[in-house]
Amino acid sequence: MAQVLPQMLTANRLVDGDVLYWRNGDWVLALAEGEVFADPKAADAALAAAQKSVMTNKVVNPYLFDVKTDAKGIHPAKEREIIRAAGPTVRDDLGKQSVGLGDKPAPRVKAERVVKTKDEDVSI
Amino acid sequence: MYRYDEFDAKFVAERVAQFRGQVQRRLSGELNEDQFKPLRLMNGLYLQLHAYMLRIAVPYGTLSARQLRMLAHIARKYDRGYGHFTTRQNIQFNWPKLVDVPDILADLASVEMHAIQTSGNCIRNVTADHFAGAAADEIEDPRPIAEIIRQWSSLHPEFVFLPRKFKIAVSGSAHDRAALKFHDMAVEIVKNAIGEVGYRVLVGGGMGRTPYIGYVVGEFVAKQDILAFLESVMRVYNQSGRRDNIYKARIKILANALGPEEMKNQVMREFTEIRARGTLQVPDEELARIDAYFAPPEFEELPDDMPAGDKDFQNWIKTNVHKHRAPGYAIATISLKPIGGVPGDASDAQMDALADLMDTFAITEIRVSHEQNLVLPHVRKRDLPAIFARLSELGLATPNAGLITDIIACPGLDYCDLANARSIPIAQDIAKRFADLDRQHDIGELKIKISGCINACGHHHAGHIGILGVDKKGVEYYQLQLGGSGAEDASIGDIMGPGFGEHEIGPAVERVVKAYLMLRQDGERFLDTYRRVGMEPFKNMAYLDQLYAAH
Repeated sequence: MAQVLPQMLTANRLVDGDVLYWRNGDWVLALAEGEVFADPKAADAALAAAQKSVMTNKVVNPYLFDVKTDAKGIHPAKEREIIRAAGPTVRDDLGKQSVGLGDKPAPRVKAERVVKTKDEDVSI
Repeated sequence: MYRYDEFDAKFVAERVAQFRGQVQRRLSGELNEDQFKPLRLMNGLYLQLHAYMLRIAVPYGTLSARQLRMLAHIARKYDRGYGHFTTRQNIQFNWPKLVDVPDILADLASVEMHAIQTSGNCIRNVTADHFAGAAADEIEDPRPIAEIIRQWSSLHPEFVFLPRKFKIAVSGSAHDRAALKFHDMAVEIVKNAIGEVGYRVLVGGGMGRTPYIGYVVGEFVAKQDILAFLESVMRVYNQSGRRDNIYKARIKILANALGPEEMKNQVMREFTEIRARGTLQVPDEELARIDAYFAPPEFEELPDDMPAGDKDFQNWIKTNVHKHRAPGYAIATISLKPIGGVPGDASDAQMDALADLMDTFAITEIRVSHEQNLVLPHVRKRDLPAIFARLSELGLATPNAGLITDIIACPGLDYCDLANARSIPIAQDIAKRFADLDRQHDIGELKIKISGCINACGHHHAGHIGILGVDKKGVEYYQLQLGGSGAEDASIGDIMGPGFGEHEIGPAVERVVKAYLMLRQDGERFLDTYRRVGMEPFKNMAYLDQLYAAH
């Protein structure tokens, strides 16, 4: 059975598109300050509550994503959210990493050397 | 260059005012996101990974110095000091605020630019050979017909709800620098047996999830009939293109399902009907009026000798300077691929400095190439040393056009909401591995193209070496494809096999190139060798480490 990972809730701010994270009924700019939901029901409840922010035109596109936590902090499970929380990996003068709101994304999710991949694996 | 007439200026100004109102209504809550999203996309505004992204149209890739300065201004005032030139000859800004976008569009309109038709299921910004009007091998400048297509397709009522987006490219040379055969529709200027100039029309090319090479649907279309013919193709597509499945909605799927003969029959039925009504004929005087906008500068009578210079200059001449139609002139490619840099990016300071350089050397226009470089189309050869010196100061004189480090890469997962994997760091790693210029020259023409997802914005299907980033349980992997070409000998690359991890793809490319150097015969490019020997020896070499590890 697949392991159920903790989740966080994120969205983009309407006015400038900046990435936001949910914390106790409001939004914060840094992943490290966001709320982690160990219970999927609590995560779903937060997602439902976040619709109010959508209705009041504060954010767009709220969704949940998987994270792992350890003594060093919160780590998104997928590359996409690691990059989203920090900024482009090719320019550390851009995005949240440039203003102290996100760590430069390293170490990264480690790839095996070679894997079988098929076109069906690719989702848009 | 084309200049807006009264109608164009009014139309663009009205669109800016309309979008300003739409943004205000969105911010006030009068419009929700579902209502607003199609409106912002119609004005080139996407929401990406970190922020909004504004994609600005550069029709047929041509910019004036004034327009380039405006792009620098926008980068500086509203964005983060740089812009990204794309594989569709457009420019993208990655950090605009929604509230600023109406002002950005107003600034663009002041220099006859906009962001219309850079998104959505419409006929997109028309692309063209970046050497248009300058190439020695050209029959005619393709930009007048590109402009006519732009005017015909903009807000055409039949084309505002196409099954899917539609991309058109035009070229006036037998040597295809515009990837014609990978477009939904392409117009190639040709001469018939008695020397008349007309158009060959291709349909059904495309990349993405299901790549196809386009085929000829009109062998020789007379100049006056071109819009009637193109509209006939669009009608067949609009009527029979699939709308039930987004992955099967492009015209390439319909074209492949119908086959060339049936497609021609259906197009000719529509064409006959349109012609019988006598509509959509392009009057000679209108053709002449548009042609006049694209008249080349008055070329001076100059000696055709290439100036002398040091080794760095000679290396730049060797790859970045191309034959011009007029003696004493040359075409110069400005590489946006510095070793270790981000392919296609230019800073506001670089754009401003290039505009100054254009003024200094009386160069009236600059081109954006689909290979994510810039091109100075009409340069006096005697000015080349001074231009090279200035470009060197600006970090824009990398002598690698057409070489292995001149890599196309989409923004990938560093920016793009659709991406599955990063493209830019892979391009940077490969460029660093092959940084040695003598080695690059020894390898010769080798086009590497990288996409971060199956949508193929990085043209990986058409790369001599193509790289496709994929996602496997949240981790990036990279598939290799070999043997693609976007030129007149177009071909779709073959998938090699299992994907490579982020740190393995660079070494794998090195091994593939090593195999080529071992296998090549005199005068063979990488592509020629691949076509002669096939995938097997390259595959064996690419997976060498893994084979040893397995035993």
